[in-house]
Amino acid sequence: MHPARARRLKLVVIMLIGVFIAGGFAFLAFKENLMLYFTPSEVAAGKAPTGQRFNIGGMVVDGSVIKSSQSVDVQFDVTDYDKTIRIKFADILPDLFREGQAIIAKGKLNTEGVFIADEVLAKHDETYMPKEVADSLKHKNKPGYDKTKPSPSPSPSPSP
Amino acid sequence: MYRWFHQLGSPPTFYKWSGQWLPWLTFVCITLFVVGLYGGLVYAPADYLQKDSFRIIYVHVPAAWMSMFVYVVMAFSGAIALIWHIKLSEIMMLSSASIGASFTFIALITGSIWGKPTWGTWWEWGDARLLSELLLLFLYIGIIGLYSAIEDKRKAAEAVSILALVGIVNIPIIHYSVIFLNTLHQGPTVSKFDSPSIETSMLIPLLIMALAFKLFYIIVLLMRSRNELLWRERRSQWVRNIIKGTGNV
Amino acid sequence: MYEFLHMGGYGGYIWSAYGITAIVLTLSIVLPIIQSRKNHKRIEHMLEQEQD
Repeated sequence: MHPARARRLKLVVIMLIGVFIAGGFAFLAFKENLMLYFTPSEVAAGKAPTGQRFNIGGMVVDGSVIKSSQSVDVQFDVTDYDKTIRIKFADILPDLFREGQAIIAKGKLNTEGVFIADEVLAKHDETYMPKEVADSLKHKNKPGYDKTKPSPSPSPSPSP
Repeated sequence: MYRWFHQLGSPPTFYKWSGQWLPWLTFVCITLFVVGLYGGLVYAPADYLQKDSFRIIYVHVPAAWMSMFVYVVMAFSGAIALIWHIKLSEIMMLSSASIGASFTFIALITGSIWGKPTWGTWWEWGDARLLSELLLLFLYIGIIGLYSAIEDKRKAAEAVSILALVGIVNIPIIHYSVIFLNTLHQGPTVSKFDSPSIETSMLIPLLIMALAFKLFYIIVLLMRSRNELLWRERRSQWVRNIIKGTGNV
Repeated sequence: MYEFLHMGGYGGYIWSAYGITAIVLTLSIVLPIIQSRKNHKRIEHMLEQEQD
């Protein structure tokens, strides 16, 4: 190879290596800040900011949803299969909100350890199937959450 | 192989060759779009959870894939242009930037429209996937802007190549953000390493649409490159022959 | 037909997503065509001037 080209090739390779190393360190350094929500276990361990707004993510526990008959007030529990936290919310829930579904709630923890949410987002997983297939799957393993896929858990472990 | 590559790199050969291929590519691309749209909007059944709203996947995911693919092609062409000073790779890098920006824009907008009925929000500022894809759009716009801002076009192409190469670090961040970080955006559905988490009847239209988008990119890339090439070489004999419509290229 | 356009209530979302995609893709293909015509005219003009 022409020496000038070889030199430029070397420079480009060195630049790329440098950029990826710097990017990797930056990613690790800001990883905590890039997390969108805390899991109930992290909240229980006191990792979430107290007295401040933060986000909490988890699975809505089956049978925990209590809707008020007079208003839009709703209360439900959110779990990461380890710790569970109660959430209260006084607004309209997203269409995809249901028991066994992952959600993200935004708000504050009150003094009794109940999370007062002012916004609730539904988090769906990456599985897509027709209704008939979903129904037949449900019949096969009835109680509890659909654990056939490892992914619906919003735990920070490398899931999907 | 090298000889073939070298010949293709010669402007008149590229111009002639691409001109012959374009009508065929366009025909196949339109066919794929028709079949893919029918598959996505009619043939595929509604999702059990998201119902019909999941059909946005057929434009959102191909656009998002292409937004990253085009960036990699662009950065790679930039590297070749930097090292070997091949004119054609410089032109391909510049031609990729605007179509890449278009794909990124489509991915962001359709994602936002999909987010409203499913997540319950148009946009989430704390989501790493959304932010890194937005950064990708800014990178494309920055590349287009930087090229037009520098007077000396040779210097401009060099600067743009370096910016494209530095920005490539964003690509793995986009891809892995949903795996290593907790985000509102779900994980990848179609991955090479395991079986996709999507029913076959829903997957096939997605793959057809992805192929249609890829062909669309190739078509636009060829068209833009031909334009740029013709203009740059306007003083050469082969361009004169084309414009006058006399004889071969 | 109505059912198809309605998309189970998600019609507005789906058709706006597909519509914006169609507009952006159409622009991406039309702009280079316009550019090509312009280039041809400019080069033609250039060659004519040379002959004078």
